Amino acid sequence: MTNLHLAVALDGAGWDPAAWRAPEARPAELFTARYWTQLVAEAEAGKLDFVTIEDGLGVQTDDPGQVQGRLDAVLIASRVAPLTHHIGLVPTATVTHTEPFHISKAIATLDYVSRGRAGWRVQLSARAHEAQHFGRREIPEINPAFPVREHVRELYDEAADYVEVVRRLWDSWEDDAEIRDAATGRFIDRDKVHYINFEGRFFTVKGPSITPRPPQGQPVVTALAHNEIPYRFAEKAADVVYVTPVDAADAHEIASQVRVRHVFADLVVFLEPTSTAARQLPSDAHVFAGTPAQLADLLLEWQAAGISGFRLRPGRLPDDLRGITRGLVPELQSRGVFRHEYQEDTLRARLGLERPANRYAAVEGARVA
Amino acid sequence: MPKQIHLAAHFPGVNNTTVWSDPEAGSHIEFDSFVKLAQTAERAKFDFFFLAEGLRLREQGGRIYDLDVVGRPDTFTVLAALAAVTERLGLAGTINSTFNEPYEVARQFASLDHLSDGRAAWNVVTSWDAFTGENFRRGGFLAEGDRYSRATRFLETAKELFDSWPADAIAADKNSGTFLRDPSAGTFAHQDEHFDIAGRFNVPRSPQGRPVILQAGDSDAGREFAAATADAIFSRHGTLTDGQKFYADVKGRLARYGREHDSLNVLPAATFVLGDTDNDAQERARIVRRQQVSGATAIKFLEQLWNRDLSAYDPDGPLPEIDPDVSEQHIARGRASVRMHRDPIAVAREWRERAAAEKLSIRELIIEVTGRQNFIGSAATIAAALDDLVQQDAADGFILVPHVTPGGLDEFADKVVPLLQERGVFRTEYSGPTLRDHLGLATP
Ligand SMILES: Cc1cc2nc3c(=O)[nH]c(=O)nc-3n(C[C@H](O)[C@H](O)[C@H](O)COP(=O)(O)O)c2cc1C
Repeated sequence: MTNLHLAVALDGAGWDPAAWRAPEARPAELFTARYWTQLVAEAEAGKLDFVTIEDGLGVQTDDPGQVQGRLDAVLIASRVAPLTHHIGLVPTATVTHTEPFHISKAIATLDYVSRGRAGWRVQLSARAHEAQHFGRREIPEINPAFPVREHVRELYDEAADYVEVVRRLWDSWEDDAEIRDAATGRFIDRDKVHYINFEGRFFTVKGPSITPRPPQGQPVVTALAHNEIPYRFAEKAADVVYVTPVDAADAHEIASQVRVRHVFADLVVFLEPTSTAARQLPSDAHVFAGTPAQLADLLLEWQAAGISGFRLRPGRLPDDLRGITRGLVPELQSRGVFRHEYQEDTLRARLGLERPANRYAAVEGARVA
Repeated sequence: MPKQIHLAAHFPGVNNTTVWSDPEAGSHIEFDSFVKLAQTAERAKFDFFFLAEGLRLREQGGRIYDLDVVGRPDTFTVLAALAAVTERLGLAGTINSTFNEPYEVARQFASLDHLSDGRAAWNVVTSWDAFTGENFRRGGFLAEGDRYSRATRFLETAKELFDSWPADAIAADKNSGTFLRDPSAGTFAHQDEHFDIAGRFNVPRSPQGRPVILQAGDSDAGREFAAATADAIFSRHGTLTDGQKFYADVKGRLARYGREHDSLNVLPAATFVLGDTDNDAQERARIVRRQQVSGATAIKFLEQLWNRDLSAYDPDGPLPEIDPDVSEQHIARGRASVRMHRDPIAVAREWRERAAAEKLSIRELIIEVTGRQNFIGSAATIAAALDDLVQQDAADGFILVPHVTPGGLDEFADKVVPLLQERGVFRTEYSGPTLRDHLGLATP
C-alpha cells in the first residue's frame, strides 16, 4: 500500500463556528504569532505534508458570536517559516482583486524563506461586499442556490490567466541567470531573464519578475473545487486539488473525473477517544466525528477509491489538530501507510513532483533572444 | 541632554553603491543574508531595518541593466520572516501607493504589525510611471502630477482602515458567547477622487495602532506630504549645509498641520567607509569607489547624462565631444529615485572642463562626480561626524547603507556604535517593545 499524504487546514479557532468557545481554545490569541507558530509546530511534530492557512478579503461573518478578523495568510506562513524546517506552508491568497505580480513574488519569497516549502491555495472572490472593498469592479451577488454560471466561469477564466501569469513570472529568471562575472562587470546574464509578455482577456503583464526563480522552480499550486467549472480550472492551474466527496463511492467518482496530479479529499474532523454521534455543522466538506482508528479506516477506504491525500480541517484548535498528530498519525504509522520521519527537503519532492524545467530556458543551441 | 541619534540599517540596494564583486559579498536573495544584517542591526540596538523596493527591473538602452545587483525578494514576506528571528528591531518596508490598493496594503501592514508585536513601518513611495505600470493590471494609469494626491488619499484611506477596529473590540468571552464586543468593528466608507470603497476591514487593531509612516520623496509635493503625514523622512541630504537646509524646510512645514517639531524624524541616507585610521579609511574608500564604478559602469553613467549609446567609448579615455541628446525619451528607465539631470548640456560642458583640467579619464571623472561616501574615517571620526550633524540639526539620525551584503554593517556595529553610546547619544538598551517607542512617537 502506498503512503498517503496528509495536510491540515488551519483557520481561526477551527472549522466549527463554536470552536473558539471550547475549553482548550485560545480565542484571545488568534492574532498573535505565537498562536500560529505553535499550531504549525504541532503539525510538523506530526510529520504532516503541509498546512494550509485560510484567508479572505473580508470578514468571515457579521455574527458577533463568531470569530471575526484574520491576519494575512502569506505573512503568517512567512512568520512561521524560519521556525520550522520540514513542513510545507501553503497560504491562501485571493486572485480576484489582487495583482499577479505581487502574489508571484510573495510566494516565490516564501519559497526562499522556507527553503523550498512554499505552496499557494488559489482562491477566488465572488462576493459583492469584497469587491466593494476595492471599488474597482462590480461583482453581482451570487445566490448559492442559483449560481450565475457565466459569471462564475468568467471569474475562473480570469483566475486561470492569473495563475498562468504567476507561473510565467516564477520562470522569468532562469536558474543560472545570476552570474557575477567580474571580468565583464555583469551581475546577471540578461539573456536568461525573460519578459513574459502575457496578454489575455483580462489583463496584460510584461515581466520579468523582480524576484529570481524560487528554489522549487514552481511552488506547489493548490485549489479547492466542488464542481465542474472549478475542476476544469484545477486541471489547468493546480498541482493539488482539494475535493469534497461525501463517501467512498463519491470519492471514486470525483477522482476519476478530475485529472490533477494530486486529488486530496477535504474532511472536517472531530477526534474523540470513543465513538461519538455525528456532528451537525454547515459544511461543504464531509464531517467526520469519531476515533483516530475509525478515521484511519475511512482514509484508507477513500484512498483505495482513488484519493491520493487528505486535507483535514480540524473542528477545534488545538484539540483536533492534536487528535490528528497524536492519534491519527500513530495509527496510520502502525498500519504502515504514513512516514515516521521527513525524507524530502522540498514540498514538491514530498508530493513526488519533480523540479520542473524552466519554460523559457532555451534548448541548447536554439536560444532565442 | 544632547539629542539622541536614530539609526536604521538599509539592506544594500540594486544600484552601484552595492559592491557585489567583493569577495565577502553574499546573496541578495537568500533569506540568510537578511537575517545576518537584521541581527547585526538589532545587536547594535538600531531603530529599524529597511527594505527598498522597485517594481520593474531597470533598463538602459532598451535592455535590462545588468551591471548592478538585479533582483530582490518581496518586501512584506521578508519582513514577516524577519519578525521571527528578531525581537525589538523595527521592520520597515517600501510599498508603492500607485500599484497597490488600500484594503490590501492596510491588511498586510496591520498583519505585519501583529506578527512582529508592534514593529512595522511603511515607507510610502509614489513611483507612478507607465514603464512600471506594464507589470500591473491597471497599467500606467496615473499622471505624474497626481502621484501625491493618490498617495495622500491612499494613506488617509489606510488610516481609516487601521482605525476602524476599536482597540478593545474583541471580547472573546467564552461564557457569554460574545466574540466581538463591538459588532460594527471594521466598518468603513470612503469616497474621494481616487477611492470609492466601503465595507468592513478584517484585521483587528494592531499593537502600534498603525504602522510608523516613512516618506522618501524630495519634490515640494513630497516634502509637503511628509510634513502632513509622515513619522520619519528618508532623505538624500546628508551633508551639514544641505542637511540643515532640508531639515529646516521640512520641520518648518509641520506647524501648518498642527504638528510638533519632534513628531517628524529626518533621516538621511548615509554611506560610510571605516578604517583603522583616517588615512587608512581614505585608502579603503578609494578602492571601494573603483569597485563601485567599473569601466562599464562609468560608460553607463555617462550615457544617463548624454542620453546616447556611448558603448564605443573607452572608459580610460577622454569624454565625448558630442553634446547630450535632450529629447524627451530617456535611455534609462525604472530609476524612480534618480531625477534626470536638469540641464544636460551644461553639466556635460562642466564635466568636460573638469576632466581636461584634472586630466581625468571617463572612469576617473565618474568616480569623482557620482556619490562619494558620506562618512569616511576611523570609528572615532565617524562617530563624531554623525553626532555633530545631529546636534547641529542637519538630521535626527541616519539610514545607513552598507556597500557589502550582508556583513557591511559589522564594523559599524562593533566600533562606531559603542562610541556613540559613550557620547551618551545612542541607546544602550531598547526602552520599549515597539518601533514607536524607539522613535519616541506617540501611539495614535
Ligand atoms: C532616499 C530615497 C529613497 C527612495 N527609495 C525608493 C524606493 O525604494 N522605491 C521607490 O519606488 N521609490 C523610492 N524613492 C522615490 C520616492 O519615494 C518618490 O516616489 C519619487 O522620488 C518621486 O517623488 P518626488 O518627486 O517627490 O521625489 C526614494 C527616494 C529617496 C529620496
